[in-house]
Amino acid sequence: MSRKTRRKLFSNFMLFVSFLTAAYGIFWLFWILGSLFINGFKYLSPELVYLDPTPPGEEGGGLRPAFVGHLIITSLATIIGVPIGIMAGIYFAEYGRNSKFFMTLRQITDIMVSTPSILMGAVVYAVLVRPVGHFNGFSGAVALALLMLPVIAITTDEMLKLVPKEMREAAYALGAYRWQVIKNVVMRAAKVGILTGVILGVARIAGETAPLLFTSFNNNVLTFDLGDPMASLTVTMFNYVMGPYHYWHQQSWAAAFILTMSVLLLSILARVLLHRNLLEPLFYIVRSITGKKGG
Amino acid sequence: MVEPQTALKTRMEVKNLNFYYGSNQALKNINMPIYDRKVTALIGPSGCGKTTLLRCFNRMHDLYPANKYEGEILLGSESIFNMDIIDLRSKVGMVFQKPTPFPMSIFDNVAFGLSLKGIKGTELKDRVEKALKDSALWEEVKDRLKDSAFSLSGGQQQRLCIARAIAVEPEVLLFDEPTSALDPISTAKIEELIVELKRKITIVIVTHNMQQAARISDYTGFMYLGELIEFNPTEKIFTKPDKKLTEEYVTGRFG
Repeated sequence: MSRKTRRKLFSNFMLFVSFLTAAYGIFWLFWILGSLFINGFKYLSPELVYLDPTPPGEEGGGLRPAFVGHLIITSLATIIGVPIGIMAGIYFAEYGRNSKFFMTLRQITDIMVSTPSILMGAVVYAVLVRPVGHFNGFSGAVALALLMLPVIAITTDEMLKLVPKEMREAAYALGAYRWQVIKNVVMRAAKVGILTGVILGVARIAGETAPLLFTSFNNNVLTFDLGDPMASLTVTMFNYVMGPYHYWHQQSWAAAFILTMSVLLLSILARVLLHRNLLEPLFYIVRSITGKKGG
Repeated sequence: MVEPQTALKTRMEVKNLNFYYGSNQALKNINMPIYDRKVTALIGPSGCGKTTLLRCFNRMHDLYPANKYEGEILLGSESIFNMDIIDLRSKVGMVFQKPTPFPMSIFDNVAFGLSLKGIKGTELKDRVEKALKDSALWEEVKDRLKDSAFSLSGGQQQRLCIARAIAVEPEVLLFDEPTSALDPISTAKIEELIVELKRKITIVIVTHNMQQAARISDYTGFMYLGELIEFNPTEKIFTKPDKKLTEEYVTGRFG
């Protein structure tokens, strides 16, 4: 066998191996998504969203408290986490770049991204649940905010670093103060990327269970009071799956389906925003219909 | 060094300027005048310090740590190192090598520096229009002021950057190889514009292109290895320079 044929064979062999490993990963992903789709779709019903849970063992009912609670907790977490995350990112990229101290903080933020989420729950439990004496929705939101904060801070930092330094210099050369440069030029240039980071951050926390287990816990009754234990889809699913009743499992499937679809939608939205030119033909059509000039 | 002629007013003056990037000395004892309403070109091979010198004039180096100036640069009679940096930069504008439009509309780009000064309403509109006319861009953009600045061609973007810089009515405008990223036609337009602008504004231009320096500048400084080798009227630099090194460079024997 000539040297060339051997190299070609080896190349093909390696290609095949990497194809197999990729296929292996994708296979299980689609297996999970497939079974989720088949089982979840089957049990979808409007009652799931607007009925309260029945007493255990009694068929029927829905997961209204969990849907509402989940929405409240994730929204509040977003409201807390996003501004702090973005501001931290701005600081890393624009002010702290030459400070050893802040670059160390930046490294720690990197590590925080991979902190086990249950740890975050434990910390918040110690700070916001123990002193109060009972589980509460607010602590759940804080735990999730802490989880999304590093994701957003790091995306913001990365996106701001992508803005060419010439653009900053051009703004400074016009006599702008630093915050004017950041607010009016740099942030504008990076806004799509930052928004993508925010959406990915929300997607990241939307499916979390562990940090909620001992913060917001669960509630079978609909509540809007952040001082009370508050239900969430993930914790409810966790309880229902462990439970003995068949209809609990069915409701879990449906809830899992809805949650996954929402996260998927958010991720797609993030992609679309990041590659907005994919939609350019659509904008063009809209413009030609409305007769407006672009802007 | 040429003696300043009596009719010439000095707008800026560099005195014994040394500049360091950290411990690396990039400029060595530079002395030169920048004459009022003339075009001064800085030429020299890559890495000779011409852009570094240009960026001293509006203290662009201040943005990065560990940069150090020694010596003096005067604007009028005032030291730029004692001036408020925001004031300095609104008096000494800059146009960069690559067009740097901001991610906003054409109008907002030109209005940027004016808005920073608190100019609003009709005055803002008028001054944006004037700046666009002065930079020979008005006819091409007057119907699409709301469009993104990125929709313009490279040459138009560069003229937009010039419009943005002259809108705040600076005394001096610095050009850092403004045409090196442009095609010949756009280059010709920018050159015409620079010649037109010098009626009101003092211009300093760094260029790699000796023909460009010869075409548009009144005075030329030749730099080499961080030193200003020769500063003279452009005609003299290109016909009978004082220094041998200058002659070798402008005749293309090195660089």
